[in-house]
Amino acid sequence: MISELLIISVGAILINNFVLVQFLGICPFLGVSKKVETASGMGFAVVFVMLCASALTWVVQQYLLIPFNLEYMQTIAFILVIAVLVQFVEMFLQKSIPSLYNSLGVYLPLITTNCAVLGVALQNISKFGGTEMSFLKSVVYGGSAGLGFTLSIVLFAGVRERLETADVPEFLKGMPIVLITAALLSIAFLGFSGLSFN
Amino acid sequence: MSENKKTSFISAFFNGLIKENPTFVLMLGMCPTLAVTTGVINGIGMGLSTTAVLICSNIVISMLRKFIPNKIRIASYIVIVAGFVTVVEMLLKAYLPSLSQSLGIYIPLIVVNCIILGRAEAFASKNPVGASAGDGLGMGLGFTCALTLIGSVREILGAGTFAGHALFGSGFQSVSIMILPPGAFLTLGILLAIINSIGRKVKKEGNSND
Repeated sequence: MISELLIISVGAILINNFVLVQFLGICPFLGVSKKVETASGMGFAVVFVMLCASALTWVVQQYLLIPFNLEYMQTIAFILVIAVLVQFVEMFLQKSIPSLYNSLGVYLPLITTNCAVLGVALQNISKFGGTEMSFLKSVVYGGSAGLGFTLSIVLFAGVRERLETADVPEFLKGMPIVLITAALLSIAFLGFSGLSFN
Repeated sequence: MSENKKTSFISAFFNGLIKENPTFVLMLGMCPTLAVTTGVINGIGMGLSTTAVLICSNIVISMLRKFIPNKIRIASYIVIVAGFVTVVEMLLKAYLPSLSQSLGIYIPLIVVNCIILGRAEAFASKNPVGASAGDGLGMGLGFTCALTLIGSVREILGAGTFAGHALFGSGFQSVSIMILPPGAFLTLGILLAIINSIGRKVKKEGNSND
């Protein structure tokens, strides 16, 4: 059981990294990766929201959508759950942990439209469907996907901080060099696809 | 009045298609741009699905712009967009099952495509229905063109085919990294660099003519 969960977790963090291999959550990856500090703030906010979203959407799917034969409403139901969740997390943090709220402040509302969160919710259903223990698997997958997102965005921010002082050719300045850097990072992560657990 | 409406439709259309191209100029909606462009067909399919959702949601949001309270506007937009995405998803599943299979999870993810929410907030919530429809069509087609271009480059280099038809003889050695994930970043980066340098040249010539 534990080894199964471990495989799910390593798979989501390294082999099928959400950002660099599956292209989920590219907007914040390119948008808020200028500094390591903000990147890690964003990353941990996403980990938290993904964990909660995986748990909540699993409950919604099992106890609301399936019993009433409403599976085709999945997309609408999930995006609403995520939007409400993000709003709730924002209010909760503002009241109880204001220091964390201030450091995440700007990024929290952005998470609603982070496709990685909706992506993880939809993948949980299609991957672990109705099997036993799928709740635990979904939550582990959600958390690991968030960690994978954090890992890649922090690494990328580290590279971009150095890029600031590098001598880049005129026509590559701005977004092109950032994308090419991301391509190199993605090649590095492609190396993990050789990992196997047999 | 109708003349006025027509020009605003057309100007909004071309603005979206070229001047504010969502992919190459605004850099919005990057996830589907990079993820599904392993081939031309996928690129076109994704682009047209997004266009359909964008036009419908722009029209509806523009019609409702005076009724939606300001405080809950984002939530209302998301519900409207999610409704249209579900319609498109079901239509694709019914009539184009193979395309729906290869686009997979990225079809429901159109909901969180920043282009759609961005246009709803920036354009449709402030403009009349005609202009909003033009903006949706222009933005959508701009997005489709960009996806088709990236998809063609990646498919030709990475697999040696165009829309599934072999282009070269059997001696062609394909660059398979182009259809793997890094190829997506690389293609978009190089295309942007080319567009940047063309843009700079055009600007320079314009300046020297003055």
